[in-house]
Amino acid sequence: MEKTYNNKAWLLVIPVFLLVAISAIIPIMTVINYSFQDTFGKNVFFWAGTEWFIDVLRSERFHDALGRNLLFSFIILCIEIPLGIAIALSMPKKGPWVPVCLVLMALPLLIPWNVVGTIWQIFGRGDIGLLGYTMSAIGIDYNYTNNVFDAWATIIIMDVWHWTSLVVLLCYAGLVSIPEAYYQAARIDGASKWSVFRFIQLPKMQGVLIIAFLLRFMDSFMIYTEPFVLTGGGPGNSTTFLSIDLVKQAIGQFDLGPAAAMSLIYQLIVLLVCYVFFTVMSNVGTDKPEEVEE
Amino acid sequence: MLELRNVSKKVGNAFHIKDVSLKLEKGSLNVLLGPTLSGKTSLMRLMAGLDRPTEGDILMNGGSVLKTPVQKRNVAMVYQQFINYPAFTVYENIASPLRVARVDDQSIDMKVREAAKLMKLTPYLDRTVLNLSGGQQQRTALARALVKGAELVLLDEPLANLDYKLREELRIELPRIFAETGAIFVYATTEPQEALLLGGDTATLHEGQVSQFGPTIDVHNSPANLVTAQTFSDPPMNIISTRKQGAEFVFSQGATPCPEGLIGLADGNYSIGVRPHHVMLKKPAGKTLKVEATVSTTEIAGSETFVHVSEDDLKMVVLTHGVHRVEIGDKIPVYLDPTKFFIFDGQDALVSAPTVGAA
Amino acid sequence: MAQITLDKLAHSYLPHPKTDADFALKQIDHVWDDGGAYALLGPSGCGKTTLLNIISGLLVPSKGKILFDGRDITTFQPEQRNIAQVFQFPVIYDTMTVRQNLEFPLKNRNVPSDEISKRVNEMIDILDLGDKANRKARGLTADEKQKISLGRGLVRYDVNAILFDEPLTVIDPHMKWQLRTKLKDLHRQLGHTMIYVTHDQTEALTFADKVVVMYEGEVVQIGTPEELFDEPQHTFVGYFIGSPGMNIIPASVTGATAQLGTHSVKLKGAYAKLEGKTEIGIRPEFVTMKSSGKGLPATVTGVEDIGRFKIVRANIEGNDLNVVLNEGESVPADPLLSFDSARINIYQNDHLVRPQSTAKGA
Repeated sequence: MEKTYNNKAWLLVIPVFLLVAISAIIPIMTVINYSFQDTFGKNVFFWAGTEWFIDVLRSERFHDALGRNLLFSFIILCIEIPLGIAIALSMPKKGPWVPVCLVLMALPLLIPWNVVGTIWQIFGRGDIGLLGYTMSAIGIDYNYTNNVFDAWATIIIMDVWHWTSLVVLLCYAGLVSIPEAYYQAARIDGASKWSVFRFIQLPKMQGVLIIAFLLRFMDSFMIYTEPFVLTGGGPGNSTTFLSIDLVKQAIGQFDLGPAAAMSLIYQLIVLLVCYVFFTVMSNVGTDKPEEVEE
Repeated sequence: MLELRNVSKKVGNAFHIKDVSLKLEKGSLNVLLGPTLSGKTSLMRLMAGLDRPTEGDILMNGGSVLKTPVQKRNVAMVYQQFINYPAFTVYENIASPLRVARVDDQSIDMKVREAAKLMKLTPYLDRTVLNLSGGQQQRTALARALVKGAELVLLDEPLANLDYKLREELRIELPRIFAETGAIFVYATTEPQEALLLGGDTATLHEGQVSQFGPTIDVHNSPANLVTAQTFSDPPMNIISTRKQGAEFVFSQGATPCPEGLIGLADGNYSIGVRPHHVMLKKPAGKTLKVEATVSTTEIAGSETFVHVSEDDLKMVVLTHGVHRVEIGDKIPVYLDPTKFFIFDGQDALVSAPTVGAA
Repeated sequence: MAQITLDKLAHSYLPHPKTDADFALKQIDHVWDDGGAYALLGPSGCGKTTLLNIISGLLVPSKGKILFDGRDITTFQPEQRNIAQVFQFPVIYDTMTVRQNLEFPLKNRNVPSDEISKRVNEMIDILDLGDKANRKARGLTADEKQKISLGRGLVRYDVNAILFDEPLTVIDPHMKWQLRTKLKDLHRQLGHTMIYVTHDQTEALTFADKVVVMYEGEVVQIGTPEELFDEPQHTFVGYFIGSPGMNIIPASVTGATAQLGTHSVKLKGAYAKLEGKTEIGIRPEFVTMKSSGKGLPATVTGVEDIGRFKIVRANIEGNDLNVVLNEGESVPADPLLSFDSARINIYQNDHLVRPQSTAKGA
């Protein structure tokens, strides 16, 4: 609606174009270029066609890592979304505690990924870490470097600790935007607390929940820093996620071709899953088109 | 002078504005009257330069302004919502366009105080706008539009969100204030009564087209066509179809003699328009058409009462003075006086309007 | 359905109110009949919403009691009061269909399912929502949504009162009178006690049997539309009801004559000696203008021709007043005004005073 006709606008957009070109398009083109070729270094390239893609898709190593990623994201979402909603619901809506709660909630978000990893790495150590030491003191055999379950549990708790706040803040924003009249009407209608949640709060949070879901999925699916710092992908390959595997291939083994193909597949998966989530969730609760057009 | 030459605005396949030509003189007050979605806001956006017409030309003082961006045009606009800078005081709000124009402090102070005085805001100058009532907030927005000294001031239903008593008071003040500044004022409203109270010239809008443009009271008293008559009547004009036969108008409910001046009118089918206050609950002098109708609802608007009646397919609104209670469902006679008929031909063009001043 | 008693009710938002001005709602003492249609009318900030919130139970009054059918419910929560409320903006459950919305309050109260479907079907009929019954509520227009919020209150047979908080704010102008008529219809059909808060005179006068006019936290008059128009108890009512409102002109009153500056005006009866600020109130409709004969000479400051009548802004010795002229009447050059004696009200310190005796022939 608010259109003004002025070509100067292009001048303002050009820097962004350049930035996007340098930071995104050129690297992606390079990756695409690598993914179809083979090299033995010294800038000598051979055309490899779709060979790397087929290799990657057939490789058990890729399947395992992908499986771990999906499992990890699934667990994370199952914990963080309900937990985030629950915390948001129990936060005060007005009064002096509101800013206190908001700041407390925002704190974990301000800590860089690698620091989070390091904190938990130390926190969980049996010799000097508070958590690790306490656990062994009360007789629980806890060791994230040797035990697969412990390693997973630690990474999951770490992620929940780090990122549930984001879900909380988004849900909270959704909740406070619900007009008071809705709650009054529900009280007058004799609605139970569950009904208020199910028929007022949840529908009104739908928008922010979609965003929370997508953000948390993308982020958790691309997890790298924390397991890298904490376990380095171990014990064995048990916490080697796609991103860690990718780095191992590209930098550790210098297999640029397969690594490029893998990263493209990786990206397509993220895009695809996000697209499906978004379409499905946006349509939850809306009318079928033919009903609307009556 | 602002001139619109055959301006159209098409969005997709739909015309928001269709072939509008208007000439608005300097120092004039122009009312755009039409129901919601009739194109009032679209037309104002075109005048302001916020949108560009798909066809036609817009000229300011003879020169086309289509290529001039809004920022460069000397335009002020006031909206239905009270739009002010929330953190600023009333003084700073009014001063803001002058600050942007880098006017010196002394002149700003003079102009702000003058505008504040006109809009009766002097006691509130140091308050922030959030501590003001709706009426005061809107007066602040109006004052800001005034100090800008714009050539063209566009007011888009500025009083719609105010209490009706405040509306009544501002309606009296506004035309006087407008007259003093010498700018071209354009005022959009959905209410015929508001147009009449403001006076000036009125353009009636219907589905993106201007159906008539002229002095407000003239457009009201002799609407050129049925569409204009219906737009410019609140509650809507009652429309009855009739057949003229010799010296009579024949209705399905009976016949009335044709007023003398209309005897010469060709026989045939016509539409008769009767304004709600011309439908009588008591029989007036002279020959009338009597209709036995059932009361469907009544509304009391302070000094006046609207009675909605129906008889078969005929639905009419009767307006009477004072507060009256009529039982819903009752059958009551209503009287139509042929000397008060607006007569429209088969093409819905006005053939005859009642003479104003005839008792 | 219930009779509502407001027993010495007053409310202040301050913890320790001292002066009268600290009260958002000054003392009100009144009984509202069972099955009546009441409107609370007044400008913004007059205390009408405060009163509504006290009735609905969202606010506990600082003073006094509120009783439903003689039972003290002052400290009851909204859900314990069995009331229904329609808000300014339609409140509906988006994800439910129209039918489910209407069923909701009954299901919450464990009404048997055959009873629910009977009542809901009835309500869908009454509200003319038959063709939309199985549609999701979120896609409907504002007036349909508002009907649903109303319907959720009406399906409950046990509601004591239905409260409306400016329910037509978001409704398109041309839909307003239809919905207003519907409300009136429903009141007649179902006989609920209804309380309607608004700042719009047309809504209040059309809807209500009795209009409660509020001004600065005080109830200034409770009366029928006719009473508000003919005999406003307070100058504010005279000004607020009617467009244009009543002319209020300072005057001194002796017996059956009022003195306006140098002119005298005959009144409908003789008045006792009045103290303080005395004014006469006359509606613009009851002032006539002529060019000769007897009358008060006035200067005309402006004329607004609004088609069916003209509003003449006139001035008599420094006092502004409005005169309404019928269509076709013209403004004489040196107009003389005369007031219809029977329609003149006398105000002492803004409150109506009645004559002690009626003058002969008036």
